[in-house]
Amino acid sequence: MIKAVLVINGMGKPRLSKFYEFQEDDHAMQPPEKQQELIRSVYGVLCSRPENVSNFIQSNPLFGLDSRLVYRTFASLYFVFIFDSSENELAMLDLMQAFVETLDKCFSNVCELDLVFNFSKVHAILDEIILGGQVLETSSAEIVKAVDEISRLEKASNAMTLVPKSIATWPSR
Amino acid sequence: MGSHGGWGQSKEFLDLVKSIGEARSKAEEDRIVLREIETLKRRIIEPDIPKRKMKEYIIRLVYVEMLGHDASFGYIHAVKMTHDDSLLLKRTGYLAVTLFLNDDHDLIILIVNTIQKDLKSDNYLVVCAALNAVCKLINEETIPAVLPQVVELLGHPKEAVRKKAIMALHRFHQRSPSSVTHLLSNFRKRLCDNDPGVMGATLCPLFDLITVDVNSYKDLVISLVSILKQVAERRLPKTYDYHQMPAPFIQIKLLKILALLGSGDKQASENMFTVVGDIFRKGDSTSNIGNAVLYECICCVASIYPNPKLLEAAADVISRFLKSDSHNLKYMGIDSLSRLIKTNPEIAEQHQLAVIDCLEDPDDTLKRKTFELLYKMTKSSNVEVIVDRMIDYMISINDNHYKTEIASRCVELAEQFAPSNQWFIQTMNKVFEHAGDLVNSKVAHNLMRLIAEGFGEDDDAADSQLRSSAVESYLRILGEPKLPSVFLQVICWVLGEYGTADRKFSASYIIGKLCDVAEAHSNDDIVKAYAVTAMMKVFAFEIAAGRKVDMLPECQSLVEELSASHSTDLQQRAYELQTVIGIDANAAKNILPADASCEEIEIDKDLPFLNEYVQQALEKGAQPYVTENERSGVLNISNFGSQEQQEAMSHSLRFEAYELPKPQVPSMPPVTLTASTEVVPVNDPYPIEMLHDPLSTSTQDTGSAELKLRLEGVQKKWGRPVYSTPPLPPVVPASHNTTENGIRQHDVAGPAPSKTHDVSYDSRKPKVEIPPEKQKLAASLFGGSSKTEKKPSTTSKVARTSSNAAEKSQAKSSLGSSEKALEKALPSQPLPDLLDLGEPTVTSATPSVDPFKQLEGLLDFSATSSLNSGEADETKMPDFMALYGETLTSGQSSSPADPPLTRGNDVDLLEGFSAATNISSLGASVTIQQIQPQKGPSLKDALEKDALVRQMGVTPSTQNPNLFKDLLG
Repeated sequence: MIKAVLVINGMGKPRLSKFYEFQEDDHAMQPPEKQQELIRSVYGVLCSRPENVSNFIQSNPLFGLDSRLVYRTFASLYFVFIFDSSENELAMLDLMQAFVETLDKCFSNVCELDLVFNFSKVHAILDEIILGGQVLETSSAEIVKAVDEISRLEKASNAMTLVPKSIATWPSR
Repeated sequence: MGSHGGWGQSKEFLDLVKSIGEARSKAEEDRIVLREIETLKRRIIEPDIPKRKMKEYIIRLVYVEMLGHDASFGYIHAVKMTHDDSLLLKRTGYLAVTLFLNDDHDLIILIVNTIQKDLKSDNYLVVCAALNAVCKLINEETIPAVLPQVVELLGHPKEAVRKKAIMALHRFHQRSPSSVTHLLSNFRKRLCDNDPGVMGATLCPLFDLITVDVNSYKDLVISLVSILKQVAERRLPKTYDYHQMPAPFIQIKLLKILALLGSGDKQASENMFTVVGDIFRKGDSTSNIGNAVLYECICCVASIYPNPKLLEAAADVISRFLKSDSHNLKYMGIDSLSRLIKTNPEIAEQHQLAVIDCLEDPDDTLKRKTFELLYKMTKSSNVEVIVDRMIDYMISINDNHYKTEIASRCVELAEQFAPSNQWFIQTMNKVFEHAGDLVNSKVAHNLMRLIAEGFGEDDDAADSQLRSSAVESYLRILGEPKLPSVFLQVICWVLGEYGTADRKFSASYIIGKLCDVAEAHSNDDIVKAYAVTAMMKVFAFEIAAGRKVDMLPECQSLVEELSASHSTDLQQRAYELQTVIGIDANAAKNILPADASCEEIEIDKDLPFLNEYVQQALEKGAQPYVTENERSGVLNISNFGSQEQQEAMSHSLRFEAYELPKPQVPSMPPVTLTASTEVVPVNDPYPIEMLHDPLSTSTQDTGSAELKLRLEGVQKKWGRPVYSTPPLPPVVPASHNTTENGIRQHDVAGPAPSKTHDVSYDSRKPKVEIPPEKQKLAASLFGGSSKTEKKPSTTSKVARTSSNAAEKSQAKSSLGSSEKALEKALPSQPLPDLLDLGEPTVTSATPSVDPFKQLEGLLDFSATSSLNSGEADETKMPDFMALYGETLTSGQSSSPADPPLTRGNDVDLLEGFSAATNISSLGASVTIQQIQPQKGPSLKDALEKDALVRQMGVTPSTQNPNLFKDLLG
């Protein structure tokens, strides 16, 4: 099971964070402060890694027994997946790749700002890939299809509800 | 700039992000965010906010919370937003609540209704959004509210919905298994879903279910295997291809499930052999995902009933992993090794140098993984090297969590496999010195006990040698500036007990040292107590021996200081010390007999010697003693009879003002004085104090043994096999050699069975250009393993008598050699199997294909399999085929070099068979290898071959530099 997905930028600022565990565990579903602490310590660990080493870290002290962490840098961003022994490290690395490829397809040349401004869309994409800590869908094409459909329908409904609004803002354009 | 990609945000939001991005300090960022929160708090409660604006506020709230600030004031607005009719707003609302709320949040109850409604919506995206929320927010109490709808959605026409419904159901199962037990069959049904995405999603819950209960799902083996086969044969839609691999994630999940189902089940495993073999063969080791699948295959092979053919394929892949430049692959290789090592212990030997490289790698993750592997393959023959390495690493790291782990592993290994007590003590010293505060104090007691017990009752000389070496090392260690408390306790105890035993150090020297310890650790009462008691022992021993002891001034001042200590325990010990100094030799002998910490002290619990005193007291009108049971009315198994009566007592009103004090031996002199006191936990119910009374020494021989050192649990830890086998005599000479220099282990272990190997190996040594330390390390880690492997039962205790040790060790070695012969014979057995299975799997995999295809497959197979096959690949047939295949393919692909050479090159990739040809091309002495085309991996040869391969890698000065390139691939 995947415990958390984090995207942290080179300065240690979180760009996306999603935790999947239940509260029952000691390390699960932290309140915001605790999550912040985790993100900070993950960032600390990532920064201390030398270059040209493996992408895996055993993260027992942070996330409880049997937890592993896979990270990868894309441009200025660290993508981090935290999961337990029921997942395969290399496969997680590729799931991350699939996630980034999908982001890339959706935003055509994704950059850090895209993630910031399209917060909800990024979450929508992630929700198509991982649900409740389990890998739901891995086909990038399927995910893009689903997300496109969502945004199409959302836009449609948006347009309807926002007709007056768009008229109101008309002069300012 | 109002909108960005259609998901428009306002300028305000842009500015917020920008200013946060430019913030130079955490404090500045916090200030900005707090200001933002203030703004949002104000804005969000304004009446009639346009929905679009509201949506943006919510997103901003999410953003603020992601940065670690409390946005709870806006939760309710997010909840409200989920009620909205507009899909965009509803989804935003759901997104926000799933990020904001936990499943036990109070607001959940407000959402359940909406979720129920949305699950019935016609718009499947609304349903999806609701299912997303269900996965995160529904808790045990609310499951029943949405369960019927979720189950209904399992049959929804849209696959996206079915998929999510399965996940929701899975989530319910995780949350509260009992709530969905009657619905588990749905997972099986969905396995046959037309949509591969749904099928793939179903594997997640199945994996969990099977992990818990394998047996109920054995019937799925056939269908899962056929699914896996179809996936591997690219029957799934192209969209599931990922980097040219057919649905790799689904393959991985399937392999994981099969590994569970096939574990320890021969019949089930047999169904899997073919398909796993197929995947191995199709495995694409150039891409990351291909390697992920291969790794999963290895895990599967390691878990299911062993199949020699598959194990061989797995070994091939592992060697490819380990030779890779990628740290990720090395990591996976090491991990796979530790998985396979159980079924196939020889496998690590083939890769010893690679393993050592990983151990020296700068990558911490890889290092730790390698230590895990070493931990798993520790035997008595290599324990010294491994533990030494572990300790070195332990010293070098700062991470306390991992330090603790590795320290406890060192202790465990040392206790289990220690070749000699001396080594054990030295090792423990190191562990204590560097991680003393992190290890269990029981370990310290073990160490003291070991020093006290020594080698056993017969060999006093060895015992005292052990002790004096311990004393010397401790006196040396005391010079170190900062020592952990636990370690100091051990040191004090040993110095007190044995510091003056061999008269090498004067009593006043030892006492001076102990005073230093007590002074240097003035705020550690336990250490001080140990030190004072140790001094007392030294004094008592001196007095008993009739020697005059001078009271050192610092000792005097220490005693005075402690007499006024706040700690009553310390006070008591200080007074005791003063008393002991004043007594005569005879009394001293009685209260603190020299080297008696292992003597059994027996106690008559009835304390008969006090009868007279009690009698007198009673006559003077004292109250008779009332047992604790009677006083408290607490039931005790031993007195069921009085149960009722006692119950009545405890329930009724009681009028006595005070309870009697806890049971105390009336005239107990409140001291702990025996030599062994410290080893007994303080709360021991039967104090030793009567030893104080010279009279009571007579009680030593009678009564229960309640009081002696707690050996039971300890004994079990220290040298597990001791119980099962009578104290056996392992080889004093060997252990002496090895403790001097652990690395020489392999020379020591070598001689008996495989002399010839050794000789040839040694004679050739100079040619091999591996750094000698590394080679030595390899030899000591892996070498001699098969010889000494079966010995652990004897190693924890070193020979008791040197006289019979020799003959027994002889017997031992002959035993060892016969064992070795057996082992050597074993690996050759499966060979026919290899051959048998070699062909059938190839052909049977494609039974209905035309002969040409078959031939193709055969060639293909042999090419790939030989490409990296290790030493185990000495089977003749496939090899020839391989060579043949290689020449064919290499003729096309590689540079048109001189044919025989090309062949040599390509085959060089396999280290085994080819090593021979390789040597010949180098003009080295090949004879031995060619004469004995060994079956099964012989470690010397393995080492040699690896060495050779490495040599090629290290010095690319051989005829063909291309070779080098190929190797690194």
